[in-house]
Amino acid sequence: MDYLIILFNEIYKILFLVIPILVSVAMIVWLDRRVWGLVQKRKGPNVVGPFGLFQTLADALKYIFKEIIIPASANKPIFILAPIITMTLALVAWAVIPLSETLVLSDINVGILYLFAVSSLGVYGIIMGGWASNSKYPFLGAIRSAAQMVSYEVSIGIIIINVLLCVGSLNLNDIVLAQKNLWYVVPLFPMFVVFFISALAETNRPPFDLPEAEAELVAGYQTEYSGMMYAMFWLGEYANILLMCAMGSILFLGGWLPPLDIYPLNIIPAPFWMIFKILFLFFLFAIIKAIVPRYRYDQLMRLGWKIFLPFSLIYVVLTASFLLYFDKLPKGSF
Amino acid sequence: MLAHAIFFYFFSILAIFSALMVITSRSTVNSVFFLILDFISVGCLFIMVGAEFLGMILLIVYVGAVAVLFLFVVMMLNVAQQKQSWFIGKKSTHIPSGLLVSLLIFLELLVVIGGWKYKENVMSSSNLVIDQSITNTHAIGSVMYTDYILYFQLSGIILLLSMVGAIILTYRKRENVKTQSYIKQISRDKSSAVALVEVEFNKGVKIDD
Repeated sequence: MDYLIILFNEIYKILFLVIPILVSVAMIVWLDRRVWGLVQKRKGPNVVGPFGLFQTLADALKYIFKEIIIPASANKPIFILAPIITMTLALVAWAVIPLSETLVLSDINVGILYLFAVSSLGVYGIIMGGWASNSKYPFLGAIRSAAQMVSYEVSIGIIIINVLLCVGSLNLNDIVLAQKNLWYVVPLFPMFVVFFISALAETNRPPFDLPEAEAELVAGYQTEYSGMMYAMFWLGEYANILLMCAMGSILFLGGWLPPLDIYPLNIIPAPFWMIFKILFLFFLFAIIKAIVPRYRYDQLMRLGWKIFLPFSLIYVVLTASFLLYFDKLPKGSF
Repeated sequence: MLAHAIFFYFFSILAIFSALMVITSRSTVNSVFFLILDFISVGCLFIMVGAEFLGMILLIVYVGAVAVLFLFVVMMLNVAQQKQSWFIGKKSTHIPSGLLVSLLIFLELLVVIGGWKYKENVMSSSNLVIDQSITNTHAIGSVMYTDYILYFQLSGIILLLSMVGAIILTYRKRENVKTQSYIKQISRDKSSAVALVEVEFNKGVKIDD
C-alpha cells in the first residue's frame, strides 16, 4: 500500500511537470514563428486565438487527425520507435532541472552529467528515424546529424568542465547557488558564447540545420514521417531547444537566482526568474534563426573541431590556473 | 526493498536478454541497437548500487559517443550483400580464429571466477576506507588523481597513441582536391585578382596557365 501511495505521488508530480512543459513547447513554437515573422516584416501566425497563440494547438490537432504513413520498405519497429525516443528523451531530461531550490523533481548528485547524458542520447532518435526510413534523403540527413551532434557534444562537455571547476559539485542546485555573487556569464563570457553556438548545433537549429536542410535534403531525417509521428519529432526538437536554454541559464545565468539580491527583484518568486532566463535565451535562438544564413557542412565541422574544441580546452587550462593561483578552488565537500 | 529488487531483476534480465540478442540477431544494425540497450541497462544497474558517476559516464561515453560511431559505420554496410556472403554463401574461414579467441576468453573467465575464492584476502590487503559522507565523484577523484595518477596518465598516453595510430592508418593524402583556404581568400585584393587584358580579335585569351 505504501508503494502505491509513493507511486501515485510521484506520478502526480511528474504530470505537473510534463503537462506545463508540453504547453510551453506549444507556446514556444508560436514565439519562434512570430519572432521569425517580425524580423522579416511579416506578421507571423496571428489568426487562431488571441495574437495567434493557439496556432500550435491547431497544428497539433491537424497532425493528430492525419494518417500515419509507414513506407513499405521501412524497418517498421525502428521507424516507429524513433519519434518516441526523441520525444521521451527530450521530456525525461526535465526531471533534474531546478525551478527553485526546492521545486525540482529529483535533486540528484550528478545532475549535470545526467543532463549531458540525456542530451547526448538525443542523437539516436534522429539516426534511427533516418536509417529506418530506408530512403536517400533521410539517411543523408541522419548521417550529417550524427556527425554534427557528436562533434559539438565534445565542446559542450569541455565547457561544462569549465563551470564545474568553479563550482566543485555536479549538483544543479549547487551550481546555481555558487553563482549567488557573480553569474558565470561574466568571468566565463567566451565560454557562454561558445556554449550558445554549440547548443544551436546540438539542437539542429539554423544556422546549423544541415540535417534538415530543405534545399538539399527535402526535410532530412523527417522526410518520410507524417501525421502524429512527425509532430512528435517536432515537439521533441523544441523540447530539446528549451532544455538547452534551461541548461545555459543554469550554467551561466544563475538559474533561478534574481540578478541582484535587492528589494524589488527578490520578491519575484524563483521559478519566474528561471522562466525569464529560458525565454531570453530562446529569444536569442529565434533571432539567430531569422538573421543568419546556413553554414556549409565542412565549415560546420571546422568550427566544431578546429576552433571551439581547442579554444574551450585552452580556457579550461586558464580557468584552472587562475583558480589555483588565487587559491579560489572550491574546497567544500558536497 | 521490494521495489529495489523488482528494478534490479528488471534491469539485469534486460541486460542479459539484450546481450544474448547482440550475438544472435541476424541484422547487424539490430545488434548495435541491442548493444545500446545493454549499455543502458548496465548503466542503470550501476546507478542502483550507488555508483551514479560510473553509470552516467558509461551512458555518456559508450552510448552517447562510441555506440553512435559504431552505428554510423554499421549503417554504411550494405546489409543485403552482407547476408549473402556471411550467412548463405561460401563457408567461413574465420571459425578457427574465432574459436581460439573465445577459448582464451573462457579460460580467463575461469581464472577470474576461480580467483573469487580468494576475494577476502585481496580485499583486506588494500587498506581501502570508503567514506560514506562524500559523493562518489569526489571519492573517485581523490583516489584517481593522488594514488593512481601515474596509471591515469599512462592510460591517457595509451589512448593518445591509439588515436594517432588510427589516424595514420586511415590517412591518405589525396591529389587534386580543392580546399578552401580562408586566409588566402580574405587576403586576396583587387590587384592580384582582376586584370584588364586587351584581347586580340578572334584570338581570345588563355586563362589558367
